[in-house]
Amino acid sequence: MAGFNKVVHSYEDAMAGLQDGMTVIAGGFGLCGIPEGLIAQIKKMQTKDLTVVSNNCGVDGFGLGILLEDRQIKKMVASYVGENALFEKQLLSGELEVELTPQGTLAEKMRAGGAGIPAFFTATGYGTPVAEGKETREINGRHYVLEPAITGDFSIVRAWKADRYGNLVFRHTSMNFNPMAATAGKITVAEVEEIVEPGELEPSQIHTPGIYVQRVIKGSFEKRIERRMVRQG
Amino acid sequence: MALSREQVAMRVAQELQDGYYVNLGIGIPTLVANYVPAGIEVMLQSENGLLGMGPYPTEDEIDADMINAGKETVTAIKGAAIFSSAESFAMIRGGHVDLTVLGAFEVDQNGNIASWMIPGKLVKGMGGAMDLVAGAQNIVVTMTHADKYGNSKLLTDCTLPLTGVGCVKKIVTDLAVLEVRNGAFHLLERAPGISVEEIQQKTAGKLVVEGDIPEMVFS
Repeated sequence: MAGFNKVVHSYEDAMAGLQDGMTVIAGGFGLCGIPEGLIAQIKKMQTKDLTVVSNNCGVDGFGLGILLEDRQIKKMVASYVGENALFEKQLLSGELEVELTPQGTLAEKMRAGGAGIPAFFTATGYGTPVAEGKETREINGRHYVLEPAITGDFSIVRAWKADRYGNLVFRHTSMNFNPMAATAGKITVAEVEEIVEPGELEPSQIHTPGIYVQRVIKGSFEKRIERRMVRQG
Repeated sequence: MALSREQVAMRVAQELQDGYYVNLGIGIPTLVANYVPAGIEVMLQSENGLLGMGPYPTEDEIDADMINAGKETVTAIKGAAIFSSAESFAMIRGGHVDLTVLGAFEVDQNGNIASWMIPGKLVKGMGGAMDLVAGAQNIVVTMTHADKYGNSKLLTDCTLPLTGVGCVKKIVTDLAVLEVRNGAFHLLERAPGISVEEIQQKTAGKLVVEGDIPEMVFS
């Protein structure tokens, strides 16, 4: 059954159609909640000149950081990119373009993109370098910046559970940017820990309804921890 | 004597009120969580999507899917809520967070803050700082009063690229507590043993000193 059966069984099928120059939106915060296998597949495909939209760009050798190794990313749209020596090197040499975007504005740009809202006004960034060249407006005595929405040719997200309809549930704070990213891609691919039978997910507890998701693949995840902090028990 | 980092955090903690939703930035602000006054309850918001942040996990509790905005492993308290980044910044931008505490390179007498970018040095990004300063009802900045060369960080006008305009209400430094209003720094308290003259000398922006300025009290 095709139709509503969105489950694919290979990473090749999951990322089929990705081409040079496309925009890819990726969920995740740091290394938490990233679609590890889909990123690895983009590396394998050697797709070039990508614009990647994600809160961060991984670390050296893991997460989106691996796409820097063969210079697959032309432009990065992110709120914070401080964890990555290769990123720094390519930025300073001019090989990589970066558009730093406030974290909340980035989340809202994805949300708006998925919700059919072309742009929105926000007070965030008014009077700062972020507002340079953008339309501003005073509304009820406060100044706002017009921020355009973001959509992607592909969105890649990581979820906990999915069913074949593409309904998604996220686990703990690995949710982060994933629900908005899922709405903003022409083709949204969800890499998940577990695929369950329809009906097993409680309808009112679904985080991302399947209408936003085109492909689902079961992955296996390393789930690397960026800063392991422990208290004595 | 100038306050230690812990003492700055202890003084900031006195700004907390029962029932507050609070976002704490990285560095000294994080320490504030250790000094919540007895008998009050506050809820910590972490902008990656957690309301009700708890302490670091024990070795057994560590979960890669449970982190804070500093990308550190963390726990959630009973009664916590977890949500998306868009929801998290709706809370912040919508003014639902009662207090934000964050560090800065510079603040000025009009409440402008510079905390994310030093021209000539590599820029790593603003993360959520611009959203936080634009959205919180109340912003407390923690910083040293002057840099290591003695140059004031409390200025007439910020010299570095801004994080936000007209948003800082209160500053707790290693020397003083100050309020920002009507285009001036108003001195409220001084660190034990620090004179008004020293604070005056290390404040480049307009400083208003009215009456006797009490020393900070630590219980």
